[in-house]
Amino acid sequence: MGESRALLEGLRCYGLISAMWIRSTMTYRASFVMTTFGNFAATVLDFVAILLMFSQVDSLGGFSLPEVAFLYGTSSTAFGLADLLMGSMDRLGRRVRDGTLDTLLVRPAPVLAQVAADRFALRRLGRISQGSFVLVWALTHLDGLQWTPLKLLLMPVMLLSGAGIFSAIFVLGGAFQFLASDASEVQNSFTYGGNTLLQYPPTVFAKDLVRGVTFVVPLAFVNWLPALRILGRDDPLGLPGWVDLAGPLVAVACCAVAGLAWRTGLRSYRSTGS
Amino acid sequence: MSDGLIELDGVEKVFDVRRRAGLLRRERRQVRAVDGISFTVPRGEMVGYIGPNGAGKSTTIKMLTGILTPSGGRLRVAGIDPSRERTRLARRIGVVFGQRTTLWWDLPLRDSYQLVRRMYRIPDDRYRVNLERCVELLDLRDLLEVPVRQLSLGQRMRGDIAAALLHDPEVLYLDEPTIGLDVVSKAKVREFLRSVNTEQGMTVLLTTHDLTDIEQLCSRVMVIDHGRLMYDGGLAELHAVGESERTLVVDFERELPPVELPGARCERVDGPRQWLVFPAGSSAAPLVAELAARHPVVDLSVREPVIEDVIARMYAESSAVV
Ligand SMILES: Nc1ncnc2c1ncn2[C@@H]1O[C@H](COP(=O)(O)OP(=O)(O)O)[C@@H](O)[C@H]1O
Ligand SMILES: [Mg+2]
Repeated sequence: MGESRALLEGLRCYGLISAMWIRSTMTYRASFVMTTFGNFAATVLDFVAILLMFSQVDSLGGFSLPEVAFLYGTSSTAFGLADLLMGSMDRLGRRVRDGTLDTLLVRPAPVLAQVAADRFALRRLGRISQGSFVLVWALTHLDGLQWTPLKLLLMPVMLLSGAGIFSAIFVLGGAFQFLASDASEVQNSFTYGGNTLLQYPPTVFAKDLVRGVTFVVPLAFVNWLPALRILGRDDPLGLPGWVDLAGPLVAVACCAVAGLAWRTGLRSYRSTGS
Repeated sequence: MSDGLIELDGVEKVFDVRRRAGLLRRERRQVRAVDGISFTVPRGEMVGYIGPNGAGKSTTIKMLTGILTPSGGRLRVAGIDPSRERTRLARRIGVVFGQRTTLWWDLPLRDSYQLVRRMYRIPDDRYRVNLERCVELLDLRDLLEVPVRQLSLGQRMRGDIAAALLHDPEVLYLDEPTIGLDVVSKAKVREFLRSVNTEQGMTVLLTTHDLTDIEQLCSRVMVIDHGRLMYDGGLAELHAVGESERTLVVDFERELPPVELPGARCERVDGPRQWLVFPAGSSAAPLVAELAARHPVVDLSVREPVIEDVIARMYAESSAVV
């Protein structure tokens, strides 16, 4: 019963804090435009690397340039959304180390919302817009794609579940920082590293890695499985067809696990001696 | 139980500390930061919680706010078990940490206050009245548009105290509110706290290791050392128990032999300057009058006893009795 109240309160508080940061960012509009463009440009380089590869070869792991661009665009957009919403989690370790988390614990709002909304960085829209540009380009260059109602529905569902899965990993990483306060690098390897992984077709990686990314850290549900379905390709593990549609369920499960881990982590917090 | 706003009964906090012992070995050790403390604070009282560094003051405050869960004992604030219902309690208490700010570092003070207003759902009229009062008494008017990170320690502390009071808390905790402040800021903070207590009837619990804070603010003082409550009572009695002494530092016009006065003894002479020690319980005024009548005095000041000395004497006292 208290669960849904706490969730609503958390969302409200997230909204309050992020709105305050957006307002404060907007007082320096020029600086905001610059940093957002910087964020955009930095992520463009990722895609330039893929373009350079395709200047030498015609396909990558059996995938054409528009197909790889489709994977790139879906993963980057989903990750960008999660990064925008939860990207501040990696500062938690410092707060645990120096004990400043104390100050969040004396406020009448869920700590997770306060940590996640801290320094809400609208400049991360740069990554999202870069990802969606590539996605739109891919969609207009994929010839012979058979759109069905299911595939159309799968598009937004894929992006949102993907953002949910990445967000859960951000929160899990945060929970882990309660135990090892210098663990934000581990978190980054799963989030930023996972995003880079998903930008390439699964066929270029070893089977074991693909299995791990499907069954252990379920990143494959962000875009590989649903995207292969949309592209009309078989997935390399030969899983049954309904698995491609399981993204939302996997996202909900991930968030539940992350929520439990967060609560355990927070309970283990013991401040610092001065 | 009694109708105290804050009630502690045999409260303990034990920390497991792991320490490097040698190259690979790690040693586990237990620190009893708070070791069976009991006290009750009724509504409207202003209590000083003093003790040397590492005595367990901050740990007690952290348990009273719900940041830390006690390892043992029973603890209630306004009838609430803090660590179980931390967010519910948060609406009813105000907390100020001398060492760390609860304000948003990069935002101007005014934005921090707006955020507090929304987060605590403070009604508009209450917010306006409370903010105006704090701005007036804490001299914040020119600071409202300044980002917190640009404030001096004293300014930041005043800003923090205001933030803790906007939502009309029933009890205000301050952990070392005067640490590191200059004389003017210290005086301002003390004056404000006194008015909050006497005019609004706010219950205040403040920790400090500066006896002057207590002297100027609190009728009741609790002394903690090594996690144990050593003393709980009035300040005058504390001085009597601790047999503590104050020091009158006098600069004479020229070098004099050690002066002899009734009720004081000369502890040290350094050129024209002399240190005269007298019981903390008695007034300095007759002493000063007597001195000035006998010798030409250039300057003088009174040094308060330091808490470490008071506690050391309390130990000596109690072991002498046993
Ligand atoms: N989070 C913590 N982990 C381990 N030890 C701690 C922690 N907090 C406090 N301590 C230890 O507990 C004792 C009391 O600390 P504290 O309550 O901060 O003292 P005070 O505020 O009176 O200076 C000290 O020995 C301190 O080192
Ligand atoms: Mg302390």
